[in-house]
Amino acid sequence: MSTRRQIKANIIRYIFFIFAFVSITILCMILYFLVREGVPVFELVSVKDFLFGDYWYPTSDPPDFGIFPLIAASLLVTLCSAAVAIPLGVMTAIYLAEIASHRVKEIAKPMVELLASLPSVVIGFFGMVVVAPFLQNVFNIPTGLNLFNASLMLAFMSVPTICTISEDAIASVPAELKEASLALGATHWESLVRVILPASLSGLSTAVILGMSRAIGETMVVLMVAGGAAMVPSSIFDPVRPMPASIAAEMAEAPFRGDHYYALFATGMVLFVFTLIFNFIADYLSNKHRQVGASTL
Amino acid sequence: MKINLLKAVTVFFCVFCLSSAVLAENLEIKGSTTVLPIAQKAAEAFMKVHPDVNISVSGGGSGNGIKAIIDGTTDIADSSRFIKTKEVALAVEKGVYPVPFGVAYDCIVPVVHPSNPISNLTSAQLKDIYMGKIKNWKEVGGEDKAIVVVSRDTSSGTYEVWESLVMKNERVFPGALLQASNGAVAQSIAKNKFAIGYVGLAYLNDDLRTLKVDGNEATMENALTGVYPISRVLYMFTKGWPEGTTLQFINFVMHPEKGQKIVAEAGYVPLY
Repeated sequence: MSTRRQIKANIIRYIFFIFAFVSITILCMILYFLVREGVPVFELVSVKDFLFGDYWYPTSDPPDFGIFPLIAASLLVTLCSAAVAIPLGVMTAIYLAEIASHRVKEIAKPMVELLASLPSVVIGFFGMVVVAPFLQNVFNIPTGLNLFNASLMLAFMSVPTICTISEDAIASVPAELKEASLALGATHWESLVRVILPASLSGLSTAVILGMSRAIGETMVVLMVAGGAAMVPSSIFDPVRPMPASIAAEMAEAPFRGDHYYALFATGMVLFVFTLIFNFIADYLSNKHRQVGASTL
Repeated sequence: MKINLLKAVTVFFCVFCLSSAVLAENLEIKGSTTVLPIAQKAAEAFMKVHPDVNISVSGGGSGNGIKAIIDGTTDIADSSRFIKTKEVALAVEKGVYPVPFGVAYDCIVPVVHPSNPISNLTSAQLKDIYMGKIKNWKEVGGEDKAIVVVSRDTSSGTYEVWESLVMKNERVFPGALLQASNGAVAQSIAKNKFAIGYVGLAYLNDDLRTLKVDGNEATMENALTGVYPISRVLYMFTKGWPEGTTLQFINFVMHPEKGQKIVAEAGYVPLY
């Protein structure tokens, strides 16, 4: 009887192993493919010229493969969206976890999470048709499809991520800490700022980084609302072209295994490195400030 | 009894499929991605009428298509440009005589917002606007507002036409906005009073104001007579004068009621 149960357990274990193995293998193959298709471009341009070149003219003769404007655009869009999304997301999380009454929380939390399920193309369309003309009229700028618009739309997309994870982090701070703080005579506000937030710092920073890595990899929204000018912007209202937008717009028509094709894959590699860095930071932060026991802070 | 009947039907069906696969004629079409939508739709319609013919259509660019004709690896090559002297020499050397068929016109129209007072620009002005030399509408007789230049992604066929016929192979300046499709350009021009863009003839609508180029209006007639400057012919090349199925397919594409209707549906200017 016990052997049969053991066999069954073994079979189940192998099934799980196979599933895990398959998904990791597929990931590795995608990575291999990305590198294999991206590296040949460096026979044409040096890594330095590729990363820091100012001009992106992949189809002219002779071509220029400089993605600095695209990298700058990606970073700026992500930073600006973080500047909007972090306060919004974290403060919403604090409100939901600590201040809101039970009934408000019951309604508000699912609604924030609903934001996450909005398809990015819908957000992009909203930015293009509603926000862009609005910005154009209010700020009297030539085009509403710009860095600022893209940042706002990306912020919409990362707020749910930041909010949900932050809320979990704050809610998981042990009740003893809060109770102890209150018992010592601290007000609710004081215990919130001095005790609860520091205790949930690792969760909060993970939330922020994950939100930002969602923003930097997002394609549809930036393709639709960032404007797409391949230059380093001089103001927040200038159109920009982040890396994913460039890849999405040009990949379909780039000649298979041509220089342009390789250059787009190399851009994909750069993008991958950026998201990887974000994930490493998130991982590092969540390990470093880990709440080990209720008493450690 | 029922099962046997089912088996019989299945076997019959399999045999039928196999035999038709053996008998089916294969037609290979390769080349320009600009002509691809025409070739694709025409192939689908043709195969509906001739179920015994199997047509495979692929892109790869005009150069690759013509190279395939020279090497004999395709029956029809799509091309958005005429064959080059070098390619002709190479073909003749290999004993191949490429025959061109103009199947459609590709016509690109500059457009602005309907509220824009400008109705005509010269080719030189268009070029300067897209090079970033002319930055304000007042320089071409409009309001004192910055021009928002909308362009297409560099790998699109539409951009290719614009680059060769308007830009004369100069570069579009980096500050130009990029949209990934004709539809997206039309959309962004309709939403921006001070924008200029260019779209294929099929994408014009009431939310856009079409500009004359050098005083010539972009109409089908002007494209066909060559008066309108920003248009080009799209070709299909065959290896020698076409025969058999290839001839049938070319005739299908050139037919005013069949292939040319598809040309118009695909957003290009038909020959008739």
